[in-house]
This record gives sequence, structure tokens and C-alpha cells, in this order.
Amino acid sequence: MAYFEYQNIFTQVQVQGEPEMGMELRENILGGERTKRATFWNILGWIGNAQLGPIYLGWAGLISLATGTLWFNIVGFNMLSQVDWSIPEFIRQLFWLALEPPGPEYGLSMPPLNDGGWYIISSFFLLISVMMWWVRTYLLAAQHKMGKHIAWAFLAAIWLFLVLGLFRPILMGSWSEAVPYGIFPHLDWTTAFSIRYGNLYYNPFHALSIVFLYGSVLLFAMHGATILAVSRYGGDRELEQIADRGTASERAGLFWRWTMGFNATMEGIHRWAWWFAVLTPITGGIGILLTGTVVDNWFIWAIEHNFAPEYLGAYGYEAYGTYQDFGGIAPMGGQ
Amino acid sequence: MFPKWFDNWNRDNPTNIFGPAIAVGIAGSAVFVAAMIVAWGQPFATDQMQTGPRGTGMHVSEFVSDLAVYPDVDGFVTSEPVVPTGGETLAGEAIEGVPPTLANVTVENYERLLTAMRSWTGIPDLLEPGNDSYQTQVAYTMIEMTQNINQNWGAHVQANATVGVTCYTCHRGQPVPNNVWFNTRGMDEDGWIGVNANARGWPAIQNRVTMVSNFTSLPSDYLQHYLLLNDEGFYNPIAVHDLASRVENLPGDPLIQQAERTYAFMNYIANSLGVNCVFCHNSRAFYDPAQVTPQWATASLGIIMVQEQLEQYILPLQDVLPAERLGPLYADVPKLACRTCHQGEQQPLNGLNVITNWPELAVLDGMPDYSDFE
Repeated sequence: MAYFEYQNIFTQVQVQGEPEMGMELRENILGGERTKRATFWNILGWIGNAQLGPIYLGWAGLISLATGTLWFNIVGFNMLSQVDWSIPEFIRQLFWLALEPPGPEYGLSMPPLNDGGWYIISSFFLLISVMMWWVRTYLLAAQHKMGKHIAWAFLAAIWLFLVLGLFRPILMGSWSEAVPYGIFPHLDWTTAFSIRYGNLYYNPFHALSIVFLYGSVLLFAMHGATILAVSRYGGDRELEQIADRGTASERAGLFWRWTMGFNATMEGIHRWAWWFAVLTPITGGIGILLTGTVVDNWFIWAIEHNFAPEYLGAYGYEAYGTYQDFGGIAPMGGQ
Repeated sequence: MFPKWFDNWNRDNPTNIFGPAIAVGIAGSAVFVAAMIVAWGQPFATDQMQTGPRGTGMHVSEFVSDLAVYPDVDGFVTSEPVVPTGGETLAGEAIEGVPPTLANVTVENYERLLTAMRSWTGIPDLLEPGNDSYQTQVAYTMIEMTQNINQNWGAHVQANATVGVTCYTCHRGQPVPNNVWFNTRGMDEDGWIGVNANARGWPAIQNRVTMVSNFTSLPSDYLQHYLLLNDEGFYNPIAVHDLASRVENLPGDPLIQQAERTYAFMNYIANSLGVNCVFCHNSRAFYDPAQVTPQWATASLGIIMVQEQLEQYILPLQDVLPAERLGPLYADVPKLACRTCHQGEQQPLNGLNVITNWPELAVLDGMPDYSDFE
């Protein structure tokens, strides 16, 4: 396949040589807990850096992996138990099975293990796991003397996670409000949540969250395309362009200014992207937290706030089809 | 044939082009098919039935090839009644084992009906004089139920046209109708037991592929929950919504789990009728009685009708039916609901008028009305 030789999917060049092991071990640098070796992997090189490792785990990473594995196994073994320990049935039913939260009758108390108790225990481990992974992002940033932007962005996602599984169930007075751990069951939860509270599409924070979600996608596409388009002028060296604007930035800015009258800057586009991404779960979390606690029926709320239109009586019944025109058998003479 | 530089170039650059050619061919074909589907629409014609105000997307969609296909209609045996002129012998007087609610039918019409009922149910010796099997007892009850539905539930079974029900509406030529249902939820000292092993309560009754859950992971116990009387002797409410933007939440209010069970029930109704949510509801506000469609009222009556038939006719058969006819989990009676009659159509048998020829089945009490045939 000479055709594809020396080409790859996203990156132009694969660099492979002595692995880059990072900075030397010194006082106050936790790098001693890095894994010792690194390897190269061609397939990885297609989509990024071909070097795999070393990985820094650290105490936070270890706790996170251990508790996360516990959560994963508790969920899995509960599912396996629900199919009476049959592996074929486990595989067949996998997408349907779930570890469900307790029923509403238990409120915030500890239920029996097979009626939501395991859910509470596993959720506790998941909470520790996620929070320790966050600590890890914070500590690693500190260690590299970076800003904490990644940790705060991750915290925005954790906010939504905590609203769904911790804050809102406590405010509602029942763990039964938490989301089940299962493929289809968590989708059932989502749709039931919307329907139960009168249609979540009329929740303005849900609407905002969608704006930022789709906006993130749009911004990411615009930014990625712009930089790729001007990389022939050195536009991919973004930090350089931020400090010392060159023809790449000028062309990119001119393109967007001519296209839509406005352009972000080489530096500012990253703030746009960061805020759009971070505001997606922040606004979404606010919307979830208000649902059932402050607003119980979003459609009625939307009518009250002139947010949803009411039909003005023109139902157009005369245009509705009849069953006879849609596969039904025409009626014979009546009785 | 080709210019010399081309042949030379080919000789100097031997390349296996099959790999790239196949890759480009597959990718190109996929792009072509996708472009054609976008440009011309998918190739199988569809038709829509509008069910709500314009611009709201309220319609039921079907493939045209699925419309006007009536697999079971041809199997429906029917014949016009023999109008009594007065003075005929009644079946109840002349024949042994006539169902009480058919006693005042003339012998001729009774035998006509019996022939049809044997074909409808696929039971060749149905109501044979001297046959004292459980089927006779069940037949008495089922005939009474059919008459009750036709006489007292016209608002449902004649809602849009004269359709009615006979044995064939459910049986379709089989002694045990398809699409009957059994209980899936039981109880032990630790709580509900159900479709999932080693669990109790809500986790036990959902998250399993079952026929009754329509292959979703929603709760499987909705039919027994909504269609049978609860322990206090009431029917459980189906609604889960709050009817104001802000209400005080009280213990016992329906929450996520009840909403999921309701959803399972609504999904069952939609699947039973071959329709979708917006056949009855405006999906922007499912609960709102001011935005439902006319079909919502028909369906609501149908739910009450099913509850009544179960309570009056089906459940009392518990002690009549032999063990092999009872449910696999809880040895309960096979029960009916929407799908037992509708079988995926908006009206059973696509709205075929099955009742006009059978005035005997149209009345529960009183004489059959033959005036249409005089």
C-alpha cells in the first residue's frame, strides 16, 4: 500500500527515537512515581504523539483507580447477580441491565443491599474516584507550574455529576432520584425525568446548556479548521502567533472578519472555547438542580413566563387524516 | 494505445492499485448512496396521518407497503342472520348447553353462530352438548364479555365507525389468543420480586428484555399495576405530573420510577395500536387535557373497559382454567389488554365491521336486534 506510505490521518509526521522521559527528579517533584519505561506505538502516532508513557499515577491516581475499579466491579457483579450468574445471559442483557438506586420509600436512609444498598456503596466509591481524579489534575498542573484551567474545567463537569447524583437527591429527600448505572436504564431515567417534570425542553437552563454544547462543537470546528488552514504560514505555532502576530493570524483574522464581520484573536479563541465548554455542564447542572426542587412543571412554567406559545384555537381538525385513508377498512352500513 | 510516456511511467512505477481502488470504490459508493438518500429521500414510500395542529409534527407514519395489508381479515368467517318471523323455537329451549346469554336466540341463528365461533376460536367441539370441559365454562364467560363490550362499550369499540368485537377479534382462529399477558411481579417477605434475580423492589421489576416490556429496560409490571385493582381496592392513577409550575412535594408523590412505569404502559399502548405518542398526546405537554387528540378519549375509555373486563370476566376464571393455561411465574389467569384485540392496528382487524352480521353478540340482555336485515 505504497499509496498511504508516509501519510497519516491527522498529524503530518511521526517522530520516534529515544523516549522523552520528562524532567529530572528533584526535590518537590513527585515525578519519582512515574512509570519507568515508555514505548512507541504507530497507531497512536496516527492521531497524536506516538510515544506511550511514562504515566504518573501518584497517590491520588492510585486511590482513583482503586475506588473506580471497585465501583465498576460492584455494578458489574450486581448485573451478573440479576441474571443469576449466567455469563451468556449477562452478555445478552448487558445493555438492559443496571444497578438501580433505591426505591423512593427509603428516602435518604440506607436500603437493603439488593434493593439499592449496593448502589449507595458503589456511588460512594465513584464519588471518591472522580474527586481523586480531579485532585490529580490539580496536583499535576501545580507540579508542571501550569495554570489550573484543566482542573477547573473538569470541575464544571463534576458539578453536573454531583447535581445528578448527590445534591439534587438530597434536596429531593430521596436517593431514588439518582441516575441508574446501566446503558438503557440511564436513558430511561433521562426521558422519564423530562416527562415527569413537564418537558425539560422548556427549562431555560437546559436550553442554555444546549446552546453551549452545540456552540462548543461549532467553535471547535471553526478553530481547528482555521488553524489547519493557516498552518502553511506557521499558524499552528499558536503561542508564537499570540506573542508575535504573523501573516497566519492576519489571514485567519481577515477571513473571519470578511465572513462575519468579527474575528476572535489567537489568544481569545481559546477563552471562547474554554468558556463554552465549561458553561455546558454548569448551566445544565443548574437546570437539573432546579427541576423538582423549585420548578415541578416546566411547560406550565414556560406558559406563565410567556416562554412557550399557546395555540390560538386553529387546530385545523379538517386536515386530519382518517383511518380509512390510512390503511383502515372503509366502514360498511351502520347498525 | 496509450501514449508512450504513460506506458513508460507505468513501467517505472509499479504500484498495486487494487487496495486504494477498493477503498476509493467503497467510500465513493457510500457517498453516492448517502447523497441519493438525502437528495431523493429514502426509497420506500411512506404515508402520514396528521393527528394534531399543523407545524407541531403530530402525525403517524407508515410505509405505504404496510398500509391496506390485512393478513387476518380473510380468515374472518361471517354470514348474514336469519331474521326471525316469530314463533321460532329458541336455542335455550331446544339445545343442551346453550350459554345463558344466548338462550333467547333462535335455533337457526344459534347454530349459525356456533359454526362461526368454532371457526373463530379454532375449537372444533366448542359448546358441543354434553361437553363439560373447562372450555364450556370459559366460553360462557367469554360470550358474556363480548356482549358486554358491544352493548356497553360502544364509545370505545364503535368510536369512529361500526366495528364491534367478536371472538375472532382476539382469537384469530386460535384457542388461546396471542398477545395475552401474565403477571411479572410477585411479592415475598423482602419486597417485590420480578424479572431480575437476587433483587427486591424496583431493581427487581425492570431492566430486563421481556416481551411485556416491549424489549425496553422499562418496568415490566405496568399492566398488572394499572389494570388490576390494588390492595386497597382502587385502580392506581396513571398520571405522574404536577399541574402547577411549583407544588409542594409530599412523601409518596410519583417520582422517576413511577414516571418510567407510566412510560412503559404508554409505550405498550402505542405498540399495540401501531402508533406513536402523538396519536393521543401533544408531546410538548403529555399531561395536558387541553392539548390531547380525540383519540386520547377513546383510549382512556379503552383502559377503563379493559379494567372492567378483567375484573368481571377474566379474573374469575382463575379456578376454572387448568394449570397448563395459567401463568408461568405466578399461576395467574392469562389476561387481556389493548394488544389482545388491536394486534398492532389502530382498530382491530383494520376496522373491519365484524358486528353487524351478529346481533346475537351485540346485546348482553334483551333480544337481538335484526332490524338491519328486515
